[in-house]
Amino acid sequence: MKSTIVVEINNVSKSFRQLKALKQVSFAVEEGELFGVIGPDGAGKTTLFRLINTLLIPDEGTLSVLGYDTVNEYKQIRPLLGYMPGKFSLYQDLTVEENLQFFASVFGTSVASNYELIKPIYHQLEPFKNRLSGALSGGMKQKLALSCALIHKPKLLLLDEPTTGVDAVSRKEFWDMLKMLKQEGISIIVSTPYMDEANLCDRVALIQKGSILQIDTPTSVVNGFTKPLLGVKASNTYQLLKALKSFPGSDSVHPFGEYVHYTEKDGEPDPKVLQDYLEQQGLQNVQIKLMDPAIEDRFMDLMHTAEEV
Amino acid sequence: MPEYAIQTENLTRKFGDFIAVDHISFEVQKGEIFGFLGANGAGKTTAMKMLTGLLTPTSGKALVTGRDVYTEAEFIKKQIGYMSQKFSLYDDLTPRENIRFYGGIYGISEEYLSQKIDEVLEGTGLKDQGDKLVQALPLGWKQKLAFSIAILHNPKIVFLDEPTGGVDPVTRRAFWEQIYEVAEQGITVFVTTHYMDEAEYCDRLSIMVDGRMDAIGSPEDLKHEFSASSVEEIFIKLARSAKRGDG
Amino acid sequence: MKIIRVLLQKEFLQIFRNKSMLPILFVMPVVQLLVLSFAATYELKEVDVALIDNDQSALSREVMSRFQATGYFNLELETFHYAEAMMAMDQGEVSLILEIPSGFQTRVREGRVADLQLVIDAVDGSTAGLIQSYSTSILKDLNAEQMRKIQMESYSPQVQKVKSIQVIPQNWYNPDLDYITFMVPGILVVLVSMIGLFLSGMNIVREQEIGTIEQLNVTPIRKYQFMIGKLLPFWVIGMIDLLIGLILARYGFNIPFLGSLITVLIVAGIFLITIQSLGLLISTITHTQQQAMFIAWFLMVIFILMGGLFTPIESMPMWAQNLTYINPVAYFIKIMRMVLLKGAGWPEIQFMVYGITAMGSALLLISINKYKKTVA
Repeated sequence: MKSTIVVEINNVSKSFRQLKALKQVSFAVEEGELFGVIGPDGAGKTTLFRLINTLLIPDEGTLSVLGYDTVNEYKQIRPLLGYMPGKFSLYQDLTVEENLQFFASVFGTSVASNYELIKPIYHQLEPFKNRLSGALSGGMKQKLALSCALIHKPKLLLLDEPTTGVDAVSRKEFWDMLKMLKQEGISIIVSTPYMDEANLCDRVALIQKGSILQIDTPTSVVNGFTKPLLGVKASNTYQLLKALKSFPGSDSVHPFGEYVHYTEKDGEPDPKVLQDYLEQQGLQNVQIKLMDPAIEDRFMDLMHTAEEV
Repeated sequence: MPEYAIQTENLTRKFGDFIAVDHISFEVQKGEIFGFLGANGAGKTTAMKMLTGLLTPTSGKALVTGRDVYTEAEFIKKQIGYMSQKFSLYDDLTPRENIRFYGGIYGISEEYLSQKIDEVLEGTGLKDQGDKLVQALPLGWKQKLAFSIAILHNPKIVFLDEPTGGVDPVTRRAFWEQIYEVAEQGITVFVTTHYMDEAEYCDRLSIMVDGRMDAIGSPEDLKHEFSASSVEEIFIKLARSAKRGDG
Repeated sequence: MKIIRVLLQKEFLQIFRNKSMLPILFVMPVVQLLVLSFAATYELKEVDVALIDNDQSALSREVMSRFQATGYFNLELETFHYAEAMMAMDQGEVSLILEIPSGFQTRVREGRVADLQLVIDAVDGSTAGLIQSYSTSILKDLNAEQMRKIQMESYSPQVQKVKSIQVIPQNWYNPDLDYITFMVPGILVVLVSMIGLFLSGMNIVREQEIGTIEQLNVTPIRKYQFMIGKLLPFWVIGMIDLLIGLILARYGFNIPFLGSLITVLIVAGIFLITIQSLGLLISTITHTQQQAMFIAWFLMVIFILMGGLFTPIESMPMWAQNLTYINPVAYFIKIMRMVLLKGAGWPEIQFMVYGITAMGSALLLISINKYKKTVA
């Protein structure tokens, strides 16, 4: 079965005065995909999104969305896009219901027409439909913004950091909603600085300082991390970090919550030798185990390599 | 010297009928790294404002560095450092000027201040950028600078309000190493964050729900208590039952 | 005190680094002064006249040439039809119709009363008034001349009797009714007020907007130190602007400086603090710079229009005159004019200065109080 490409980006570069926001970025997104753009602040995610949704014109390269060129045929693209920008995009002094009706009318439709689509999301908001949107909690604002982006049944949904600054529970709920939307056949491109959310996408593009580090399925990305990874724990994390860094042959030493992720320059680390060394350094309750790498490990690995170049 | 860096008893703050912070009682040990977690709207920000002297409590007791927040707020302010979410650096000043400004505010003497400025610029790697406007700096560097400024005057406690928001994973971790170093020197660190893995770096942490403190203890202890394998799990369990999360 | 110095250092750095601020602070006031003084004038420039001369005599032509000789009046249309002249006025081509009936010269020569008609376009009331007064004085001159001539030429006792008390008005302190002399001191007040009101108020709100105010509140800075740090820089800038304006006034516009410059500066200093306190008060009740600006603008317009800058306070209705008592701008405009143009000294202005000081103290206290409460 041949899948259609909904977004095609060819060698796109964009600069703002001296700042090179994007450097020769190329990739394609397929229909019905849940595609993640993962990277920290300043990586170029927002610029990329604004190029896709026709708000910006690239300095170099071309973008085509749903078969239309973003520069010359933007008028055809806009009614088919749903966009949720990074900052809060709703009218704080309008109620929940008024916001929804406004966005519906801007796209020439009504709330009733596509109500079924947004129902699972919106019904959580319905008890508050007469509340001013500025008075909603962070998680609720997100849900409303998502509903407003969907109200005209777009073919492509662009979500720029929808979960930033929101607590873990709301984030989880939000991603559950995205999965549901994917089943409706809507293609979704979502950006996030949270690496753990990358695992929930079909494919991801890791982006840092305007360049793409890698594009692949989350599993393949992780599999790119070939070095053996050890997770090391001790009573005093700070001492542990220092000790590991000073161990001859150590390569990357990164705290990851409970465990410190550790790799060595030359492949196989010996847990026994390591344990002895650490205990010698005065560390207590040392525990070492083999770990499966996660996307974040791979991301930092790629960042490291990119910097070395 | 008082035992606890922070000590509260039934600390409460109401806004009209709304109880933002509901009788919280807890202690923070000196030199601890204390994680202050909670969903948006749970009362974290309000509680922190009371501890930093920005807001007066409605009722209850609170001692910060052994001083009473009701009557000795001005004294407390001299002993604490603060790094807000927006980093609060003046974008239209250079790092050097920002350091000089805040140093002057905290009464650091001229000669000592010049020395300090050089130290900070070296330490944050900003030596060559010392005279560029802050707005031209990348986020990670602003963060380092803001933190260095927060501890410039050797405070007893430093309050960090979501200091790692949006920063790349490597910088995030480097920042925590800075926090560890500072804690080694004996400064108590009170930090809020949305990153659950960062919660694990803390000596002890608390989780606020609906204005109450529903969990407090070391990550290990809490995981036993809630039969969870990660702090995230605990958080989700507690937050799911929250009434205030909706609307 | 060191804290205040540190605060001031920061403020001045920020002000001078702000590329869009600098022109506003220094260039704009000067431009305003120049433009307002020269452009917004009450002087007559050119009045177009329609002449209906039904006498066609030497004297009637003399009347018209007198008007033209002043340089203010321009003969635009000559007709015998009143309707034509009126149409010209309706269309705005002429502002004055001068109608001289037939038999004019004859009557004057015979020593009898002769009438002239002046029809003035009064759509612009103040211009009309000026046209009227200019015309009247031209005609009076001519009339007096003619009378003397007739008296000398005629021995008729009747004519000899006609002697009238000549009223020769002369305006003191501004003998030529030089508009610029009248306006400039007032405009200087407006300049200073704008800087004091807008920039002070907005600056504080701006810090609230960008969030650094929270950071500052956590430091040991006392509220009074913060406020001095915010108000003092603009006080200094306001005084400098005033000095620039005064220099321009003295050497550029040749405004007389009869009174003491020191007096002006001292009063200006007190006035600025008063206006800044008002700006501070506004900042405590607004959340955005936009709001602050609109409220400040609103107040400024009222103060200026009711402050006697353009129209005399004495001509206003009673309720408006009473409001002037709480209008600091009105006080300062009056003081400026009195000191500069009349050479007034302390005895003459002291009550007004007390008034400004009282208002300033009250505003300062209220706004400080409010500020303490609202900003955590």
